[in-house]
Amino acid sequence: MDYKEIKKAREQWSDKTLKKVLDRFPERKEQFVTGSNKEVKRLYDPLDLEDLDYLKEIGYPGDYPYTRGVQPTMYRGRFWTMRQYAGFGDAEESNKRYKYLLKNGQTGLSIAFDLPTQIGYDSDHSMSHGEVGKVGVAIDSLKDMEILFEGIPLEKVSTSMTINAPAAVLLAMYIAVAEKQGVSAAKLNGTIQNDILKEYIARGTYIFPPLPSMRLITDIFAYCSKELPRWNTISISGYHIREAGSTAIQEIAFTLANGIAYVDAAVKKGLDVDKFAPRLSFFFNAHNDLFEEVAKFRAARKLWAKIMRDRFGAKNPKSIMLRFHTQTAGCTLTAQQPDNNIIRVTLQALAAVLGGTQSLHTNSRDEALSLPSQKAVRIALRTQQVIAHESGVTETVDPLAGSYYIEKMTKEIEDAVMDYINQIEKLGGAPKAIEKGFIQREIQNSAYQYQKDVEDKKRIIVGVNQFESEEETMKDLLKVNPEIEKQQIKKLEEVKNNRDESKVKESLHLLKQAASSDKNVMPFIMDCVKGYATLGEICDQLREIFGEYKDSIKI
Amino acid sequence: MKKSRIRVLVAKPGLDGHDRGAKVIARALRDAGMEVIYTGLRQTPEQIIEAAIQEDVNVIGLSILSGAHMYIFPKIIKMLEERKMTDIMVIAGGIIPIEDISELKKMGIKEIFTPGTDTKKIVKFIKTNVAVA
Repeated sequence: MDYKEIKKAREQWSDKTLKKVLDRFPERKEQFVTGSNKEVKRLYDPLDLEDLDYLKEIGYPGDYPYTRGVQPTMYRGRFWTMRQYAGFGDAEESNKRYKYLLKNGQTGLSIAFDLPTQIGYDSDHSMSHGEVGKVGVAIDSLKDMEILFEGIPLEKVSTSMTINAPAAVLLAMYIAVAEKQGVSAAKLNGTIQNDILKEYIARGTYIFPPLPSMRLITDIFAYCSKELPRWNTISISGYHIREAGSTAIQEIAFTLANGIAYVDAAVKKGLDVDKFAPRLSFFFNAHNDLFEEVAKFRAARKLWAKIMRDRFGAKNPKSIMLRFHTQTAGCTLTAQQPDNNIIRVTLQALAAVLGGTQSLHTNSRDEALSLPSQKAVRIALRTQQVIAHESGVTETVDPLAGSYYIEKMTKEIEDAVMDYINQIEKLGGAPKAIEKGFIQREIQNSAYQYQKDVEDKKRIIVGVNQFESEEETMKDLLKVNPEIEKQQIKKLEEVKNNRDESKVKESLHLLKQAASSDKNVMPFIMDCVKGYATLGEICDQLREIFGEYKDSIKI
Repeated sequence: MKKSRIRVLVAKPGLDGHDRGAKVIARALRDAGMEVIYTGLRQTPEQIIEAAIQEDVNVIGLSILSGAHMYIFPKIIKMLEERKMTDIMVIAGGIIPIEDISELKKMGIKEIFTPGTDTKKIVKFIKTNVAVA
């Protein structure tokens, strides 16, 4: 390409064609910015990519640095997994919702647990009051997990579980249910979120302090690399960081910094990087700014490939490629004119697909008002199906590659993310940066800035700060049965009355011993779970040894 | 004791970890000249009441997005009544379905702010309804 010629032509265009128009019609704004406040130029052209080496920086899909995707054929081979996050009430009710979703063409399960389960409390704990079965399904013991997956063949579905602090316990329960179905652990497909660092940063369902939490995570890595070779042992999540108010750049920066911390911890424990790293997976947010989001996903893949190859010396391509799940941005959903959310979700889902996601959850239009109703969930799933089967964007790999804007922004995001990662390194890595409150502060500043921009109408949110209208209130919102809590406590009592108490005590005692030694706790948790020890009992043993995390927040 | 600035306790009761809204509002209220104390996550009603006494606040702002509001908010209101602390104004926000709002207001929560509310509206509401000496 003759850049001199282009430069000349560009100057001419600028002096003549452009100037003439600008003189008569000024642009809408002084400055244009992305959803993350990055400046957007009027126009991008080959000059923006003059220094970009196609083969080194972009390359071919399925090959290093995976900028264009992790598979050579992408959606021509197989669509992404359509995976709607669901779960509420008790195990029976959630089991029905999963069967409904599978019947409607969903291809993987994604389990939402209620808050007591996520924080390691049984349903009868005083802190659980009012929360049982609310934001997900209540699981107290193996009994509930058996009901949850009743009639769902675990060798056929892949199951993602949003569980972090007590991930080892829920994974053990899943393995035990599979065994009862006659499915060996080696055949299980799925993911546990198991990403504690972002819980301290943004999501809040921590139990133990960072050090023992990291130990639990590396125990899971080691156990799964032997017993569950197809299981994704962690889903390193930027989703909640973004929901907490970060920019796209911060989302990737803090997520990859957390990823580095996990790999570091596992390597320090003596694990071989190419044994565990192939099962690391990621989870990102898809926000409204279509092109910025696509560039973000591409930059994330490229950065992780570089980090794994150059910093950790990984050789297995599977260790180097960043595979990710995406969820559309819950924080963009509005309570006002909720039907508009369907359009927002469509744009966000499109960004995820154009960015090469491996699986996708689309939010429901009513989620700024309550838990999603069945009808709203179906529209959300249909949105994915329309993109997959009707839009045509899936027919070629990475269709936006080569766009001057997309490639330039991919590069700019990459550079900005690296700056952050270096800054975090200087603070001593992600765990230290979290301890110092650096990451939380950066996110809070962005969140506050965003709110001010909306209130100053620098950002227009349709139906919220412009185009408001009187509207009818939305009907058919989902209500969780208020009796669930009582029923769940009764079920828990029954489980406790019907188990071999001395066996439970013995297994809990052995777990406690293992936790205070350097043994891998997974086999001990398996034994507890199989004897119907409850989640709360198991976590209490660990609390006694590990202690509990206390957040020190500053605003 | 004479107070010159409005003092607000922003609290996250229950197990909910969504605190973006609570933190944004805490900062907006502070920028509007109020003294703001943020409790952090996982506060029991007892802890919230205790903090309100300790900090001698005029306002308690509660935030829940987990759906537990119909259990936890009434508990807090009841405890305030029992301790004759009803001079403290309680406001709330989060994912609160419309049919719950009127019920909560009847119970004594002065106002409920749902997603999309302008922080200036909350500032104005507090300044209009709280008189400080």
